Amino acid sequence: MGDLNSNYSFVSLSCVALCLEHQREDGHALVPPLIWKIKQQISTDPTLHADFAPALGLPEFTRRATELALGRECRAVVENRVLGIQTVGCTGAVRLGAQLLRCWYNRSTGWRGPVYIPSPFYAVFQAAGLPDVRQYRCWEAGQWAASEGHVLEDLRAAPEQAVVVLCATAYCPVATDLSQKHWKHLAHVLERRKLFPFFLMLGQGLCLGDPEQDAWPLRHCVSLGLELFCAQSFSHSFGLYGERVGHLLLVLKQNTLLLALQSQAESAVRSLWSRPATLGARVVATVLSNPANLAEWREGVRSAAERCVLIRERLREKLRLLGAPGSWDHLTQQGGLYCCTGLNTCTCCRGGRLNVTAINSCNMDYVAESIHLALTSPL
Amino acid sequence: MAICLKVPQATPVAVFKLTADFREDSSPNKVNLGVGAYRTDDNQPWVLPVVKKVERMIVEDQSLNHEYLPILGLPEFRSSASKIALGDDSLAILENRVGGVQCLGGTGALKIGAEFLRRWYYGYNNTATPVYVSAPTWENHNGVFADAGFQDIRPYKYWNAEKRSLDLAGFLGDLESAPEHSIFVMHACAHNPTGIDPTPEEWKQIAEVMKRRNLFPFFDSAYQGFASGSLEKDAWAVRYFVSQGFELFCAQSFSKNFGLYNERVGNLTIVAKDNENLTRVLSQMEKIVRTIWSNPPSQGARVVALTLNSPELFAEWQENVKTMADRVLLMRAQLKAKLQALGTPGTWDHITQQIGMFSFTGLTPHQVEYLSKEKHIYLMASGRINMCGLTTKNIDYVAESIHEAVSTVQ
Repeated sequence: MGDLNSNYSFVSLSCVALCLEHQREDGHALVPPLIWKIKQQISTDPTLHADFAPALGLPEFTRRATELALGRECRAVVENRVLGIQTVGCTGAVRLGAQLLRCWYNRSTGWRGPVYIPSPFYAVFQAAGLPDVRQYRCWEAGQWAASEGHVLEDLRAAPEQAVVVLCATAYCPVATDLSQKHWKHLAHVLERRKLFPFFLMLGQGLCLGDPEQDAWPLRHCVSLGLELFCAQSFSHSFGLYGERVGHLLLVLKQNTLLLALQSQAESAVRSLWSRPATLGARVVATVLSNPANLAEWREGVRSAAERCVLIRERLREKLRLLGAPGSWDHLTQQGGLYCCTGLNTCTCCRGGRLNVTAINSCNMDYVAESIHLALTSPL
Repeated sequence: MAICLKVPQATPVAVFKLTADFREDSSPNKVNLGVGAYRTDDNQPWVLPVVKKVERMIVEDQSLNHEYLPILGLPEFRSSASKIALGDDSLAILENRVGGVQCLGGTGALKIGAEFLRRWYYGYNNTATPVYVSAPTWENHNGVFADAGFQDIRPYKYWNAEKRSLDLAGFLGDLESAPEHSIFVMHACAHNPTGIDPTPEEWKQIAEVMKRRNLFPFFDSAYQGFASGSLEKDAWAVRYFVSQGFELFCAQSFSKNFGLYNERVGNLTIVAKDNENLTRVLSQMEKIVRTIWSNPPSQGARVVALTLNSPELFAEWQENVKTMADRVLLMRAQLKAKLQALGTPGTWDHITQQIGMFSFTGLTPHQVEYLSKEKHIYLMASGRINMCGLTTKNIDYVAESIHEAVSTVQ
């Protein structure tokens, strides 16, 4: 693909490393300083033992993860209608949630779907015993922008009690951005059609630079009294990839069912992974429970989100200057860590999807030139 | 519309409940002989010195890649874990027909193995293939295989309660009568909960029948090194089966022998007929892993890999493991001696004949209840005790209490 930059013969734009300013010469992510400091503390802490975590995870972690998602004064938490479960990454959260739905959602009707999902987690639902997985449209293909119209149309046509997987943050795989107004319409449809929302929240804080803003769609649905699940990932917003830190949030309508559901969740976890791994959860809990750490972390995600916006603007400008065919406004209209370029075949980005954070001052020119070449070379 | 109008309370996991009851007990004499984790003589969890050292090395190593591990796990962990199970000189490894899948502890390895077998073992749908588990066995064996979709999970005779020994004739009889291609889940060493292992001669007899009847060995190896103090001795059965040409799975846990309970380190070792089969098996394993945890956690695997691959750290680890195994052996010897000295009714040789963390004492459910209610000593209703719960400080109290229970309660 064009002339090889002497430092970068390969730029991985599919990898999910959150690079920020902390990138090594080989393109791999450094551990953010705050995280590294906490890991050091953990490795030298004589009071920490290595015993099994509880099946549903470290209580301090689940408490903080729930708070991060729902806020401090969430009515559902106060009313004891919320269960938080530490999982093995976001995939683990989706798998556990899918299994619990298969076993306990509308059990009397023998419900097995459908599940509406725009993202690649469909295989997880199928493996959990829910084979009826359907796509819903979420964006305008020609314009590469979120399409509220398509989403609402498809969901209005969905059978009652279908499960609908929704991305709370603009992330995966489509960097769609729905405004708050759009989300209100969507929530209204969910309510009216008795659909069950299953949120995916990856990279909370990295889309709009503010964890509270990014969680707005989820919190709005909870404030309406909807029952829902939310699978949270901490990989991107904490630079904890290999540690596999995930969280499944269950918000119920009635707190009378909480203990029973908790016991069933324990039973399900016992056959999946028995107990979760603790290191990543300890790091996250340490960040979220300490005001100074929390402030440093918030600043980190804010500046990472800001950097993404800057990269999008620069990339769009470079493509414009190179005369790359087409309009590139969608690069700055989309938000979050990923953007959909509209490229149909691209060796470095599956489905035309670019990880914005993998682009930096060293490889920006190379990436822009490569995209231009891909579009203008005869195929 | 509520999600779960009729969610019943699940049966509590017995060992979790035991721990909860123990925690709530305010007696200063309380003893927890239930949980399956190592404790020092001060009744504290023990972070192995070599593990502490390696964890610090990992934190300081700036060259490490902190991104997601590959789907099947850290390559140097997988290869060194399989090598530990099968031996440095394993012909199967040399023939390139051994693979590993890094999993979430031993449970995760059983899970991935079970999910694979249900899909691909013999034909395309093995939901009706019988899976045999020992009577008794670790209670989660049933759960993992049932959850993977196996509908016919059966016990095979194992424990002779009267003689407090292995029921070899019963075991062999069940092997002979099992449908061909049945799956047999066997404990590689330190059988949980009985602590009774077949001798090498007995393993040979078991293998002979399994070979003849085309039965599939699925080993559960959670205590290698921890049982006898010797890695080789504890892996004898698995290695023997491999030498006899079996294709097999071995679910390995590093929770106990590395004291890494919290980081969930496990490996599913696969011994296939040839490299081509192995490659195909691993490709299907990847698909299964992708739908459960996507890729495994890195920390524990790094600790184990670094330790196993460095001669100095490996030697240090072996010493740490021997420390744990020796303490267990000491407690066994002392408990038996004290019970005999007290003249406790019955025979107590099985305490030292059994091996590993657990002992099947032979105490009846009523006697167990007596111990927990009257003496604040907590153990499983089956009579299983964790030897690591015994210390030089509490062993007299426990021995006397057992004596009392056996003498006064049926």
